Amino acid sequence: MATRTVVTRTRKIETAAPRDFTFTREMIPALSGTAEGPDFLREYRARAWDAFQRTPLPVTTDEAWRRTDLKDLAVGSFRLPPAGMTFPPVPKTLLKPLTGAAHGGQVILSPGKVSKEINAELAAKGVIFTDLATAERDHPGILATLIGQVIRPDAGKFAALAAAFAQNGVLVYVPRGVQVEQPLHSVLWGPGSGLAHFSHVLVWVDDDASLTFVHEAASPTETEGQTLHSGIVEIQVGANAHLTFVELQSWGEHVWNFSHERARVGRDGTLNWIFGAIGSRLTKNFSDLDLLGEGSTGRMSGFYFTDGMQHLDHDTQQNHLAPHTTSDLLFKGALTGKSRSVWQGMIYVAPGADKTDGYQANRNLVLSNQARADSIPGLEICADDVRCTHGATVGKIDPEPLFYLASRGIPHAEAVSLIVEGFFDPIMQRIPFEGVRARFQQAIRDKMA
Amino acid sequence: MSELVIRDLHVNIGDKEILKGVNLTVKQGEVHALMGPNGTGKSTLAYSLMGHPGYTVTQGEAWFKGQNILALEPDQRSRLGLFLAFQYPVAIPGVSVANFLRTAINAHRKAENSAEKGITIPEFRKLLKGKMAMLKMDSSFAGRYLNDGFSGGEKKRAEVLQMAVLTPQIAILDETDSGLDIDALRVVSEGINALRGPDLGVLVITHYQRILNYIKPDFVHIFMDGQIAMSGGADLALRLEEQGYEWLKEKNGEPA
Repeated sequence: MATRTVVTRTRKIETAAPRDFTFTREMIPALSGTAEGPDFLREYRARAWDAFQRTPLPVTTDEAWRRTDLKDLAVGSFRLPPAGMTFPPVPKTLLKPLTGAAHGGQVILSPGKVSKEINAELAAKGVIFTDLATAERDHPGILATLIGQVIRPDAGKFAALAAAFAQNGVLVYVPRGVQVEQPLHSVLWGPGSGLAHFSHVLVWVDDDASLTFVHEAASPTETEGQTLHSGIVEIQVGANAHLTFVELQSWGEHVWNFSHERARVGRDGTLNWIFGAIGSRLTKNFSDLDLLGEGSTGRMSGFYFTDGMQHLDHDTQQNHLAPHTTSDLLFKGALTGKSRSVWQGMIYVAPGADKTDGYQANRNLVLSNQARADSIPGLEICADDVRCTHGATVGKIDPEPLFYLASRGIPHAEAVSLIVEGFFDPIMQRIPFEGVRARFQQAIRDKMA
Repeated sequence: MSELVIRDLHVNIGDKEILKGVNLTVKQGEVHALMGPNGTGKSTLAYSLMGHPGYTVTQGEAWFKGQNILALEPDQRSRLGLFLAFQYPVAIPGVSVANFLRTAINAHRKAENSAEKGITIPEFRKLLKGKMAMLKMDSSFAGRYLNDGFSGGEKKRAEVLQMAVLTPQIAILDETDSGLDIDALRVVSEGINALRGPDLGVLVITHYQRILNYIKPDFVHIFMDGQIAMSGGADLALRLEEQGYEWLKEKNGEPA
């Protein structure tokens, strides 16, 4: 019998230390030695910190992160904006009302600096529109009933991070039966490089009340380094209440942006939720709609335009949790350069949520050979008597419309712009605000120039 | 006075030669009819003159206002004063007729004068209203998405509206009569007749003599196998109507 020699060689394995941020518990004022603020908030922050510590950074083997890779995120490079640091001011164009002649109130959040104003009439009616720190001091009761109730601080690594650290934020409260005619407008300004911005937006439109609220996050693009933003948006729409919520994302193209957002809609309430995204290096956004009350309706309308190396990932969930609920989602995006978009949507119909009507569609227009759009619709239906439809398309501009427009004297670049504008028109029709449409159209022109 | 002069035009689609030496001159103020059976290359001539990228010119020239337009981009040809009414107008979803026309007018104006600010909204509204009234079009038409869900008649009327707004010196109408019922044909023809005048030269491409009852041609050319086989006056169309294309094929010694 021949002897067999087996040679085994041990390869030196380099085990990289698990990648994580450099933030510490002591950086959270509520948990530091001075232990500032109300108890419920301290507990909330502590829970969030624990969740942050035990949750690893998402990797592409996690289902929700399969198409969004964080390997280039410079996790160790971010620090909280130091006190006393000077930043470029918020551009005036961002402060103009986007939704009509005037707004009922404006909150501007910059690192370490807040400005806020609200129409005296609205304040007299009990409408609250203020920053988080003021809310902590003046409205702890309302804050306590909202914070962490819609989004758990352990919903994910970035949710935990925002929940633990968010010093910047907005609280909007509209008391029962109050109709706010003039829109409220908040701006989150997150300039700089190597910094981490955390935000928390809380909106409660109480029963029979109504509101239009525009929230915009923006920053200038920095050529060196990265900046991190992580945010939480918690929304409660009461019974027979109506909220139009417009969020615009125009982060600088060095910003890695993460957000967890969820809206709960009560009986016969309606939510008209509009997303506009043109900025950031990378975005991962979880937006969940919970139709909790019978007869509630939610409409989600998204538009995005990416260029360069941008990567936008919108993860949406339409949860029909009661009978006679209606959801309608339309996301449209165009891509150029080497950019990439991901839309992953799910309609869930809970057992017993009969007579529901769910719709979702995602349409993409790919304008360059190196851009790529992924579109993944999904249905999970646990009730019998429902109507759910979905559609997803990824397409390019056909040569025939281009020739047709050229034959009318329209130069190539302008013809492409016209077709792109036309592509977005159905989604623009859903946005009753000229200022928002104009802002987006300008962004398209800038990116295609 | 400008004229379109086509000399010995040869055009391929892929490897196949479709146009085999076309010679034709269309002057401003004249109406020429180009008739012939299907598949002989009439539409290829129309598309080639407008510069469709699917057609390859292998030989010949087409002169207009001192330039060989075959060397120009399609949008440059349009701005020079050439117009093609499509047999199958293309839908542009999301772009209203008004927005499209305004963009086209401004492209023409800016080409003429780079300092041009573009047509003002009131000026444009007035212009569009006048042209639409002439074509008996409802004003709601301006707000509809271009050719999107239009009926056959609406599409052809939209083509004539574009021609009316862009005021070309040479217009090629490619089978503008196809797919139209008799009422729609009359309306479209009346629109074209309203645009006729000393400044406009027209090349009407058609399979049927029918449209020529409404748009009286000054010259008629018979197109066979990628070439003009015969030219004559308006009476040539009538003779074709009576005797069909077979007569011509026999005359040319081809098997019927």
